[in-house]
Amino acid sequence: MEETNVAIQVHGLRKSYKEAQVLKGVDFAVRRGEIFALLGSNGAGKTTIVRILSTLLKPDDGMARVNGFDVRSQPEKVRESISLTGQFAAVDEILTGRENLIMIAKLRRVKNAGKVADDLLQRFGLADAAKRRVATYSGGMRRRLDIAMSLIGGAPVLFLDEPTTGLDPEGRIEVWQVIQNLANSGVTVFLTTQYLDEAEKLADRIAILHDGVIIVSGTLEDLRKLLPPAKVEYVERQPTLEEIFLAIIGSDKAGSDKVSSDKVGSEKEAQR
Amino acid sequence: MNTHFFSDTSVMLGRTMRHITRSPDTIITTTIMPIAFMLLFVYVFGGAIQTGSKNYVNYLLPGILLITIASGISYTAYRLFLDLQSGIFDRYNSMPIARSSALWGHVLTSVVANGISVIVVILVALLMGFRSSAGPLAWLEVAGILLVFTLALTWLAVIPGLTAKSVDGAAAFAYPLIFLPFISSAFVPTSTMPGPVRAFAENQPVTSIVNTIRALFEQQPVGSDIWVALAWCGGLLVIAFVFAMAAYRRKIA
Repeated sequence: MEETNVAIQVHGLRKSYKEAQVLKGVDFAVRRGEIFALLGSNGAGKTTIVRILSTLLKPDDGMARVNGFDVRSQPEKVRESISLTGQFAAVDEILTGRENLIMIAKLRRVKNAGKVADDLLQRFGLADAAKRRVATYSGGMRRRLDIAMSLIGGAPVLFLDEPTTGLDPEGRIEVWQVIQNLANSGVTVFLTTQYLDEAEKLADRIAILHDGVIIVSGTLEDLRKLLPPAKVEYVERQPTLEEIFLAIIGSDKAGSDKVSSDKVGSEKEAQR
Repeated sequence: MNTHFFSDTSVMLGRTMRHITRSPDTIITTTIMPIAFMLLFVYVFGGAIQTGSKNYVNYLLPGILLITIASGISYTAYRLFLDLQSGIFDRYNSMPIARSSALWGHVLTSVVANGISVIVVILVALLMGFRSSAGPLAWLEVAGILLVFTLALTWLAVIPGLTAKSVDGAAAFAYPLIFLPFISSAFVPTSTMPGPVRAFAENQPVTSIVNTIRALFEQQPVGSDIWVALAWCGGLLVIAFVFAMAAYRRKIA
């Protein structure tokens, strides 16, 4: 991989909290413009990696570069290159949605903060709720506002730490659509998740963090090759509960089909 | 310090000030307790307390103002704790801004909020018969002392705000501060107290601050009390600031 095509490079990353060794030499690289999913169980250290890459935590050892800048020696440059959407929606509940966006726009010294905020509210389907306090928003709306806040300033690298945890199925699909659109516009997305279907649907490449190291990484195809080849069996195709749920409540999210058919679809029937 | 420190801090100040203007209950609850003390001491105990001053409200007000500030700063610890919990600080600290601006936003908001509370309490005191012949300069000096006192206690409040494990822990540290004025010259002259209590009362910061403000209100010479008061407040401010910043650096790497 050429240096200029690499958005994030991590080598030999180590981090311990007191006695507990969380990261024991983590290596991976993320290409520009791809969606990279870091999978792992709760407590595997996914958030620790995100916090190190977003300069909130110092590593004990190892190298980590984001957008070509070292997280330890050039943290300011790294912060200019990234946006972080943490595990819990970091929105101000007392401010309105629009005020939250304007505040971030001012801090990022974006011109026309008001217009930037209005455009994002429109784009994320929050225009009607723009003048309401965030405390009245649903979980999905908060998440969308949270991600919208992360887009201000046009950072080339976006970190999303478990972006759909705690969302209902509709909310998840909304967020998936947003992430897909972002990647299409050229933003590098570093995503952590504990939902395997999320990684399967969204990610260009996947890495699995287990016991402090990356045990496998590659495209979904690469990972499939690690197991014995798929054998074709004919099974009756039952709708998933998600499909039933969305059909019954009459979700009009047209894009939901687009996202789910993008990467899965044909594999559904062929089970191992 | 980053070149954007002032603009970033003003954005942060605007944010936390909105929190106060949109939930004025934080100012109301801050002023209720000192006003209740004032009513209790003036109309219930006051008749039996011999202070040598004809007007007990005049005698009482300086100590009440300190109680007002001590109860007000516990909200700073509370708001700071919630910001850390909610992940909002993580967002700020991963952005290219002056990192200390988020903290300064809270500190300046505390100064403004306490200023409003102090004015409310003084207005109530005026209704209850507080009168002062002090001129603008004396009032300015009172305001200056209260400002340094507020800043010192606010930076002290930042420490539990950053390090507390629970909301209750973040706010509870203020209680000893609220009760410190009771063992001082705020309510009764220290000369009526038994030896060891009197020794403590006369040598703790509240007495010198109360005596200074009282003297300024009564247009009496302040003597050395003002320097003792400023030394206490200034010293506490420096120490609290150093520890708060150290706690902040530990917290955000």
